[in-house]
Amino acid sequence: MKHLPAEPLVQKQNKQKWPLADCLFYVLVASCAAIVLSVLGSLVVLLGVGAQQAFHHFGFQFFIKNIWNPVSNQYGAGAPFFGTLVSTFIGVLIALPLAFGTAFWLTDIAPKRISAVVGEAVQLLSAVPSIIFGMWGFFNIVPFMARHVQPFLMHHFRHVPGIKFIIHGAPFGTGLMTAGLVLAVMIAPFMTAIMKDVFNAVPPMLRESAYGLGSTRWDVMWKIVVPWSRTGIIGAIVLGMGRALGETMAVTFVIGNVTDVGWSLFAPRSTVASLIALQFPESPEGSLRLSSLLGLGFILMLLSFVTLSLARFLRGDTK
Amino acid sequence: MSNGKVYSGWQTDRYGARRRCIDRLVTGLSLIAASCLVLVLASILWTLLSKGLSGLTFAAVSKSMGPPGSGGGFANAIIGSVIQTALALVMATPLGMGCGIYLSEYGSKRNHFALIVRFVSDVLMSVPSILVGLFVYEVWVAPVGHFSAFSGSVALAILAVPIIVRTTEDMLRLVPLALREAGAALGAARWKVTLSICLRSAKAGIVTGVLLALARVSGETAPLLFTSLGNQNWSLNLNKPMASLPMTIYQYAGASYEDWVQLAWAAALFVTLGVLTINIVVRFSARRG
Repeated sequence: MKHLPAEPLVQKQNKQKWPLADCLFYVLVASCAAIVLSVLGSLVVLLGVGAQQAFHHFGFQFFIKNIWNPVSNQYGAGAPFFGTLVSTFIGVLIALPLAFGTAFWLTDIAPKRISAVVGEAVQLLSAVPSIIFGMWGFFNIVPFMARHVQPFLMHHFRHVPGIKFIIHGAPFGTGLMTAGLVLAVMIAPFMTAIMKDVFNAVPPMLRESAYGLGSTRWDVMWKIVVPWSRTGIIGAIVLGMGRALGETMAVTFVIGNVTDVGWSLFAPRSTVASLIALQFPESPEGSLRLSSLLGLGFILMLLSFVTLSLARFLRGDTK
Repeated sequence: MSNGKVYSGWQTDRYGARRRCIDRLVTGLSLIAASCLVLVLASILWTLLSKGLSGLTFAAVSKSMGPPGSGGGFANAIIGSVIQTALALVMATPLGMGCGIYLSEYGSKRNHFALIVRFVSDVLMSVPSILVGLFVYEVWVAPVGHFSAFSGSVALAILAVPIIVRTTEDMLRLVPLALREAGAALGAARWKVTLSICLRSAKAGIVTGVLLALARVSGETAPLLFTSLGNQNWSLNLNKPMASLPMTIYQYAGASYEDWVQLAWAAALFVTLGVLTINIVVRFSARRG
């Protein structure tokens, strides 16, 4: 077959003249792409424009000030941002070992049949709507925290100097810790899926050589697989973080929704997304309050944009 | 080593014993991690079943919402959810498929526009859904002056599009070049090759993507807060607020009336079973196909 041209036939059609139907088809699908592009573009621009009034009114103070007072019409992003960052941090901190352990177990330890079933179950967990997580957290985790975890911690650790300021407060059950827990179980399946793919992509020869030298499974995992797939793991963490940043309904149910900043992880707080969800219906069109909420949305948009870019950069895929 | 009788050096010396110890410990811990996630799923399903099953009566799925104590159901919310998600998919599927076709058929590595669009659709996939709600509110609801079911569908469509784009592109890329060349060799125009050869052979995968988008979108609450709002009554008017299951759950779960909370659980069970069923069907058929 060597006499056949090596170049595929469907190529370099740009140089040729296309038939009319082809041109129309191209315009059709390219305009679809342009619409998708313009939707995101206008999403960013519109949130920014809507937030103009707040940015203009409060200036840079808007980003750091811890005040949210509809009565005196003073708004600042401090409290919701604090809540968003801390709850996301707790969520990722808990989800990381969960996801890593599960991915390790699924790829290297579990028998194939069990691994398939458990893998499916974990995937299903990520398909559960977020409001269901909210209800589940509100009716299961919140009472559990209020009745058992918090009194226990208060009783035993109240006088420990390093810890007492983290756990003080009345046992409401709602708060940053509860939100972090619920976020963790929401993003863990997602992170597990990515880590599983990354672990499976490690060349089998590397594992085999390590096993051949007498490594245990954990040796292979920690000294071969993890260094090899480090960027992928970090990418999974960042993507999970992005999810946790913008999670709304589940967090709204369990965080308690008090705009405040403080050390205690068990006190009610609020996040950007939960604040928008709760305060939006009471904010009249054109008010400073609505503009401030849009400003929060704008910054949240930037945050999730940055995390996604970071994840892609770390994964190193530009496909 | 398989028969357990062969002892190589590392298994007997102290360092080897330590490593084996750590290995067992970590194996145990990872088993705990995996069982934690499975337990969470089991706990969610158990909670939903134990609290929602008794409320999932014929009255609940056949009557519309009503004042507390009236024995109402959430039939109007079911209808509303079906209408809004269906409308969202009707808008999102052609747009997403078009964009996916563009990316796979014309988006080479040198095409900067395609690179940007691909990145943007990835960004759209991870935009917090509440921001999509805010966006549609600003573009549609605020200028028009009232909440409407149609704006809710638009918000859901924006969430569904990137999923459809991604699966369409991935599936079209799997179509072998030889198949395209065969079509071109028969004298088919390029659009004809794309539509009747590539799309046809990638059909199963694209349908999977659309179904996954459906599953994702039908449980969304946050974007509907600001767009279709929810409605206590029967409403089939796309230009008016319309009820939907997630909004009903949101409104009823925090209520102080026993029967409303009961209805919220029943609706939550209904939605979750629906979403999980779609996912299971998709996974099952994807593995067989």
